[in-house]
Amino acid sequence: MKGCEGQPFPEGRVFSGRRVHIDGPLVLGVLALSFFGLMVIYSASGESWQVMWRQSARLVLSVVVMLAVAQIPPGLLRRLSPHFFLAGILILTLVLIAGYVGKGAQRWLDLGVVRFQPSELMKLGVPMAVAWLLTRRSLPPRFLDVLLAIVVIVLPAVLVVVQPDLGTAIMLMISGLLVLFLSGARWQHLLMLTAVALAAAPYLWSRLHEYQQERILTMFDPWSDPLGSGYHSIQSMIAIGSAGLAGKGWLSGSQSHLEFIPERSTDFVFAVFAEEFGLIGVIALVTLYVFLVGRCLVMAYHVREAFSRLLIGGLAMTFFFYFFVNTAMVSGLLPVVGVPLPLVSYGGTSMVTLMAAFGIMMGAYTRRHLMF
Amino acid sequence: MIRRDPIGNRSEDARIIQLRLLIAVSAVVVLVVILLGRFFILQVAHHDRYRTLSMDNRIDLRPLPPVRGMILDRNGTVLAENHAVYELTVIPEKIGDLGRTLREIGELVDLSQRDVARFRKRLKQRPVFEPHVLKSRLSDEEAARFSVHQYRFPGVTLSASLRRVYPYGPLTAHVVGYVGRISEQDTRKIDPVAYRGTLHMGKIGLELSYENELLGEAGLEQVETDAHGRVVRTINRNPSRAGYNLHLTLDSQLQKVAEEALGEYRGSVVVLEPSTGDVLAFVSTPNYDPNLFVNGIDPESYRQLRDSPDKPLINRAIYGRYAPGSTIKPILAFAALDQNLDPLKKTYCPGWFTLPDSDRRFRCWRRKGHGYVDLHDAIEQSCDVYFYQLAHTLGINVVADYLGRFGVGQVTGIDLLSEPSGLLPTPLWKRQARQQAWYPGETIITGIGQGFLLVTPLQLAVATAVLANRGRLVRPRLLRGIENPRTGVMARPAEKRSKSIRAADSPDFEMIVEDMVAVLHGSRGTARASGRNSPYRMAGKTGTAQVIGIPPGSEHDPAEVPEKLRDHALFIAFAPAENPQIALAIIVENAGSGSRTAAPIARKIMDYYFIERLRRAALSGRSRVFG
Repeated sequence: MKGCEGQPFPEGRVFSGRRVHIDGPLVLGVLALSFFGLMVIYSASGESWQVMWRQSARLVLSVVVMLAVAQIPPGLLRRLSPHFFLAGILILTLVLIAGYVGKGAQRWLDLGVVRFQPSELMKLGVPMAVAWLLTRRSLPPRFLDVLLAIVVIVLPAVLVVVQPDLGTAIMLMISGLLVLFLSGARWQHLLMLTAVALAAAPYLWSRLHEYQQERILTMFDPWSDPLGSGYHSIQSMIAIGSAGLAGKGWLSGSQSHLEFIPERSTDFVFAVFAEEFGLIGVIALVTLYVFLVGRCLVMAYHVREAFSRLLIGGLAMTFFFYFFVNTAMVSGLLPVVGVPLPLVSYGGTSMVTLMAAFGIMMGAYTRRHLMF
Repeated sequence: MIRRDPIGNRSEDARIIQLRLLIAVSAVVVLVVILLGRFFILQVAHHDRYRTLSMDNRIDLRPLPPVRGMILDRNGTVLAENHAVYELTVIPEKIGDLGRTLREIGELVDLSQRDVARFRKRLKQRPVFEPHVLKSRLSDEEAARFSVHQYRFPGVTLSASLRRVYPYGPLTAHVVGYVGRISEQDTRKIDPVAYRGTLHMGKIGLELSYENELLGEAGLEQVETDAHGRVVRTINRNPSRAGYNLHLTLDSQLQKVAEEALGEYRGSVVVLEPSTGDVLAFVSTPNYDPNLFVNGIDPESYRQLRDSPDKPLINRAIYGRYAPGSTIKPILAFAALDQNLDPLKKTYCPGWFTLPDSDRRFRCWRRKGHGYVDLHDAIEQSCDVYFYQLAHTLGINVVADYLGRFGVGQVTGIDLLSEPSGLLPTPLWKRQARQQAWYPGETIITGIGQGFLLVTPLQLAVATAVLANRGRLVRPRLLRGIENPRTGVMARPAEKRSKSIRAADSPDFEMIVEDMVAVLHGSRGTARASGRNSPYRMAGKTGTAQVIGIPPGSEHDPAEVPEKLRDHALFIAFAPAENPQIALAIIVENAGSGSRTAAPIARKIMDYYFIERLRRAALSGRSRVFG
């Protein structure tokens, strides 16, 4: 069932014929954003050089991963997609069974040398698998393929949500659904799925952990419980609102430096940024994100092969949604679901995954003229 | 699953995806507009509101606990004060290797196993960014040594705080009482505003009775804090007002003399100034060290104190209830005179007394009897038979009425909280409390202060003061004045009007007093050994109260009775007899006869008061002599 598209252009030619597969604007944008991120992390961590060094090291590692992934030809990537996805499912199941309990949640798999979050793999695995599934035939996908895609989307999300990691589960579903949407799935199919999801909502709600339910409820009125589940939202909004147009200045945010903002290096890092740099800084940072997303969407637009196009578009939109969900959560538009700010938040595997995604996009884009 | 015609469909696929990409782009635009709108609302439209909230977050009001007032005796001797103590606190979050830090601190400061264990236990209960007490009482030397090496220990702070100290410890424990940490139970009773920042409150004794005066007023401090409440800097402060100083009527020197005179015995001595009711000495032995209770006594020491058969925690002077024995005989004598009985009428004492129509014998303490005795002889020699006869003649209700007027079995109204009454038995009381009829024999033994009758040492001292005052009942008081430490102004407590008992100042009193003088100075007085050669004239009465009822007619050798079942020795006295300056009551538990044990104690106290004290005052050149 493997396609024959790889044959006319052996990979050796690809390598020898072109430069390393890098997209200048994208890399520049990523580096600029990472630099911003380091600045904010330095302030948010209470000016800790230890945190800075760790984040820098992680950044370097991520960039290396990005460049390495960019060298993988899209054809190979596509053939690997289903295996990658199945392997991810297997590991997620393993985590559930023998999972290492960290932070009260079974998210980490301890391999002795490194601990990593298998759900991170799925951030790539789900869009890859959906894109692979839907591009086996011509688009738009048939209803049966849409249903199959839904299974591919929901199964890992279920495995992640029981860990329990609601934020990641939602983002996994969004990334898969975005690919499904970009593939041109018929509106009536999408509407039907929405109807089914709405019908299932009460049941799913009852299966959520109490703290997750509370978070969603307090979204509508965080002030109802200012010291409980509304605390995060409120302190974050105070930080942002008190900044004004120009902000309180770098390293001078009282909300963050006096430790009113929780998780200020990770999920709420944007609040620290907004407090210190004000609306002007927010606009600048949003512009940078929009530029990156825009660049990726342009890349998706120009790529000729459907799998790569779907994958790039899906990953780019996922990237945007990470950004949007995080900033919306921090500014009190969305409930606190625990989604990091891409490229800026302090933390382990998510940055590597993200850079790998950029690598995939660049690898596909720089090979856009190659026909399969 | 073979793909159909890849080339033909590719452009169709591209068109589909590109269309959806355009939709995605519009979605991005819409969402970004929403997001920026949201930030505009937060950062520009509602900026003022959030800026205020942010300020509120940072600014915190901190209480400044007041300094508790001191307690001083009538001569200005400090009985309770506040000492600066050094405390070593650790913020574990700021320390890398806790074990090593503790070891290094241990080289500078004496850290006991218990200190470390308690520290580690608290560490588990409270967050690591909070200061935890490592050692709460450093010596001056330790504090100095540590402060030299302070630079090596970031996160370890040496702080000075005030600690309640009772310099005389056990001597004044039962009067002054002690403060202790405010407990969960206390917090429900107290005003949380008044106790902001205060960790201790009066638990017992005067520390409890005058809690409001001693406490002072908490101040406030405006500080900038972080989310964990750590103070970053002070913005504004409104200082606290120190508590008032209590000046007591107590004479700690006299108190010491009285306590030493009591020696190893369990018992109580209360010395009053009869004209005012001022309590000069208030002794209850055994006692305990109140300093142990200030920061929480360790369970083992507390168990020992609580379970000791000697009951050192009980203040016998107001909570000890004893049969008064013969010490009430002067009151009965007054009743007889007041009821116009003839004091010269003699009663024959063969050594026992029987009621008509009964052959139960009530024995006199003197087995061979006193022969014919009148009232004067009966008091001087403490003849029981005379008073059996007297009680029988007066009847229990008249006896109880007169005892009550002297304050026996009544709440004295001293300024210590929860003072109990004694027990003044009447037929009415017995019917109500025990559903039993009153027997004539019970009237007889009430005549010598036995039976149901129970008094506290304080009540007995008050009754003695009534005799010394020739009929004026005073309310005993421990507080002489309340001093505002800032202005030095002393407020005196409102004088409580002293009640005169009926027929006060009657010539009958002079007769009773002369009879009591004879107890000490008469040739047959029961306490003549204690009155011999005193340069002042003392009036008194001995008493010996049975702890167990000895069956009539049975022989018993005092030495064979177990210590706890031996008689209590009592003595009441005042002096000088003509113009009394002090009146006292002494109860010595299980010490045998009042004349042998209790009366010499009174002599020591009086000698100090009338001779030694004045000599010392003259030597120290002090112009003012109290009392």
